[in-house]
Amino acid sequence: MPNFIMSYLGSTVTPGEAGSQFWALIYVLIIFAGVSVAVICMNWIERKALAHFQIRLGPMRVGPHGLLQPFADALKLMLKEDIIPAEADQFVFWVAPLIGLLAAFTVYTVIPFGPSQAVSDMNIGILFMLGVSSLGVLGIVVSGWASNSHYPLIGALRSSAQMVSYEVAMGLAVVSAVLMTSLNASGTGTLSMIGIVQAQQQQGVWFIFKFFPLGFLAFVIFAIAMVAETNRAPFDMAEAESELTAGYHTEYSGLRWSLFMLAEYAAMIAVSSIAVTLWLGGWMRPFPNLLHAPAWDFIFSLFPGLTFGGLAAIAMIGAARMPAHSFFRIQRIGLAVFAALLAFSALLLLVIAIAGRSADTSVAARFREGIDYVYWFVLKVAVFMYLFIWYRATWPRYRFDQLMRIGWKVMLPISLGVLLLTAIVGVILP
Amino acid sequence: MSAETNEVSSRALLSSDASNRSALERSHLDLETAEKPYLDSNELIINMGPQHPATHGVLRVILKLDGERVLGTECVIGYLHRGVEKIAENRTYTMFNPYVDRMDYCAAVSNGLGYCEAVEKLLNVVAPPRAQYIRVILTELNRIASHQLWLGTHALDIGAMTPLFYTFRDREEILKIFEKYCGARLTTHAFRIGGCQYETYAGFEKDVNNFLTFFAPKIDEYETLLTTNRIWLERTKNVGVISGADAIALGVTGPVLRASGVKWDLRKAQPYAAYSEFDFEIPVGTNGDTYDRYLVRMEEMRQSMRIIEQAVSRIPEGAIMGKVPKVIKPPVGEIYHSIEAPKGELGYFIVSDGSTQPYRLRVRPPSFVNLQALDVMVRGLLVADVVAVIGTIDIVLGEVDR
Amino acid sequence: MAEEVKTPDPTPPLPDGEKKALVEKPTAEKPTASGEPAKPAAKPAAPAKPAGPVPLPWTSPMVEKYRSQYGSGLDPLTYLGQNYLAVDRSLIPDILRLLREEEQFDYCVDITAAHYPKREKQFDVIWILYSFPRNERVRVKTQIADGASIASSVSIWPTANWLEREVYDMFGIQFDGHPDLKRILLPDGWKGHPLRKDYGILQQDKEWVQINLGIESGQ
Repeated sequence: MPNFIMSYLGSTVTPGEAGSQFWALIYVLIIFAGVSVAVICMNWIERKALAHFQIRLGPMRVGPHGLLQPFADALKLMLKEDIIPAEADQFVFWVAPLIGLLAAFTVYTVIPFGPSQAVSDMNIGILFMLGVSSLGVLGIVVSGWASNSHYPLIGALRSSAQMVSYEVAMGLAVVSAVLMTSLNASGTGTLSMIGIVQAQQQQGVWFIFKFFPLGFLAFVIFAIAMVAETNRAPFDMAEAESELTAGYHTEYSGLRWSLFMLAEYAAMIAVSSIAVTLWLGGWMRPFPNLLHAPAWDFIFSLFPGLTFGGLAAIAMIGAARMPAHSFFRIQRIGLAVFAALLAFSALLLLVIAIAGRSADTSVAARFREGIDYVYWFVLKVAVFMYLFIWYRATWPRYRFDQLMRIGWKVMLPISLGVLLLTAIVGVILP
Repeated sequence: MSAETNEVSSRALLSSDASNRSALERSHLDLETAEKPYLDSNELIINMGPQHPATHGVLRVILKLDGERVLGTECVIGYLHRGVEKIAENRTYTMFNPYVDRMDYCAAVSNGLGYCEAVEKLLNVVAPPRAQYIRVILTELNRIASHQLWLGTHALDIGAMTPLFYTFRDREEILKIFEKYCGARLTTHAFRIGGCQYETYAGFEKDVNNFLTFFAPKIDEYETLLTTNRIWLERTKNVGVISGADAIALGVTGPVLRASGVKWDLRKAQPYAAYSEFDFEIPVGTNGDTYDRYLVRMEEMRQSMRIIEQAVSRIPEGAIMGKVPKVIKPPVGEIYHSIEAPKGELGYFIVSDGSTQPYRLRVRPPSFVNLQALDVMVRGLLVADVVAVIGTIDIVLGEVDR
Repeated sequence: MAEEVKTPDPTPPLPDGEKKALVEKPTAEKPTASGEPAKPAAKPAAPAKPAGPVPLPWTSPMVEKYRSQYGSGLDPLTYLGQNYLAVDRSLIPDILRLLREEEQFDYCVDITAAHYPKREKQFDVIWILYSFPRNERVRVKTQIADGASIASSVSIWPTANWLEREVYDMFGIQFDGHPDLKRILLPDGWKGHPLRKDYGILQQDKEWVQINLGIESGQ
């Protein structure tokens, strides 16, 4: 058994490529659990960050600083009465949230958290991703139709039109990134997600900076389209609460509603991951080529531990600053325990970083590498997630026709132009 | 002042024509027949409200849609009808005073001012100058509070969540002053017939001045969030346009009328309380769209601050209660008195039969009349604009339904 | 500033008149007394009330013109500086149209009514008008009997639409030519018109409440 695990750790390809169904399954489970936890964290962070944007405190009661609030919410949603409208199409109504959830989670099979830290490295990865993620709209349309109610129907129609429109600009932006991979020394491009990151490594530049400003423009178009694609503010027309009460999920409640939320947040993380993979160097740490000495590797590998240490310190300060009243004793203890857990993780990460500092193939070194990859990837994705919250706090909502106008009349021509120019520059320059 | 008024409005009159009259008169919605028979499968009838996040209470709007485009609307109101006018006939003049606060509960002080002044007029008495000044200060503070509430909810309707919390934070300071003055925050019942019940508390002037210095940068803060925000501009410019002539024909008053270019404010046109003694501007718009109404209200908050500043610095000493009998029995007769409430012209028509109770009391509610313009303003726009326009008319259902 | 002008006779303090008014029982003559200001021929108003202003004749070039045109059907009065025209019901459409078109009373502030059950013509219907160019208010008043109808002014001022609906809802007065005369504040099937004096303050349409709300009583 240990040998089996070691054999995997020694492998440099994804389980899908290695044909190891067992490891693939383990990976799928890890990703499912990881994304679910990420959604829970995102839920808490969004509520807290939004609250602080809006001079509020946000959740403060359930657990210290509301840390347990997402769990309380999840519990509440699971225990809630499950209502299906009398006139709804029961089966379709039931199936709709699952479609959305399935589409959002399936995308993760091709997202590379590291050169071998992915379920599978498909050679058509990016195509697969585009195809599956646009299936998500099916869940929304179906839910709107099955509810047999006007608001969900309008929300669903808006959503489908919006997703289809933005898919086009998004696809063209993706193609211009794919085009850049063909500028490798080998001269062949790739659609594989891992291949795209490796192309950035080979060419020594994140694609966002490639052919400046072309790469940047493509990235911006993708970044806008992905907000529209996930129905988030300021493009949240499909669920615009002040117009359509709740849009396509007006009639949903309890667990089913929470599945929609889970799918929405999972999709947000998925599209952010794609943006990171295509333009921001995926799992790569900053300056892997410029600062490539083993000493630099070691310094950068300290970051995960230091991040956790920082979080532990923040939690510790929070515990220390709790009011001295006895009402807060349990909260204070809870926060201190949380801080201790974070500190322990930090310690563990630092130990691994130090133990694996020699760039060999020892288990510790493999572990350290894996942690580094995942850490930098998650950090980049987290920046996007914060942007999603920031948008929501800052901007009013677009109107439907304006959204379509931007999609077709602004984003599509620009992305086409970027694609053409990328092709031309790619032929002339290298 | 009135020359200016006259000039603007006569221009508005000249542009009035018969062509759009039929559009203004068409308020009912034919739900049975399709407007476009060949596309009737696209026509959708939607009930917006009475429970809806953006109808500011229990307004129900029946929308007839072609896809997302609004073919017609019909407002169904009365869900909050409490029979205020009937209650008035069964209460004495003094007893009815607190009831008026419950109509436009966002601007309760204005309601009280209008009612007290109307009864005073009927009694042929005038409140003493100090009372007038206190009334002006509180009413203008209330105007700011009402506009803040409007701004927050209007922005929320358009999807900007954050301004709501900023405006509520600042509105709190006004409510604190009300609370210190009369003990109530929302339905204040601050004034009595003949003057004010309460003398200002120690430190009132200081509190009000502190509020003014506190609030001036806050308006700028709201404006940085919205005024030049691209999405805000797209959502509000050329949305819900109503011309000055149409607005007059529909009896629309208040900021909605002024945003359409009619420079008319009762505080200037027919000054009441002590308004003739203050120096302030009437902001007007040009296009009559949602954005202009937004700008007009923002500027009105600044002008209200100017009025308050002058009133606080010049507040005279003296009595706060006029010579009013213990039992209020106005002579037989009838009177109409109106004031410029935050939402428009708020009028009271009182018929007295010489007894202690009004024989008939009619409230001319600005929200009720302004809401009538909704249909004209939203025809041909999209669903999302309906909520923007409802927000920009600034209705309070307590006042619409009474 | 027509509104600010006080009536010539000051009669300032009310307390004296107040007490007298308390002594004499006002309730008995309530409906008639208050209904009368419109009719100069009626005498009770002046002698019965010792204190307090009384309606005076209102003179201005505008009303002189109409006076000569319509004669006795029109009675211009002023009370506490507020002008009003008591108009015969048959003249209403003409007068309102003239006020709008010739005299620039372009803004219909309000339409309302009052009920005097003891009078033969039970209702007063009141239009409150304002002119932007003249900065002047005027009220037009007419008396109509129960069950009689009156011409709608929606074609003159579109704003009259909801205002007339409210008058219909509250008093049951019919407006001829109104595009959509139905109840506005009360539910469609409601019986009775609450602002009539014979409609008690605790009265309600029990049947409607039971059918539509499924409760015994709304009170």
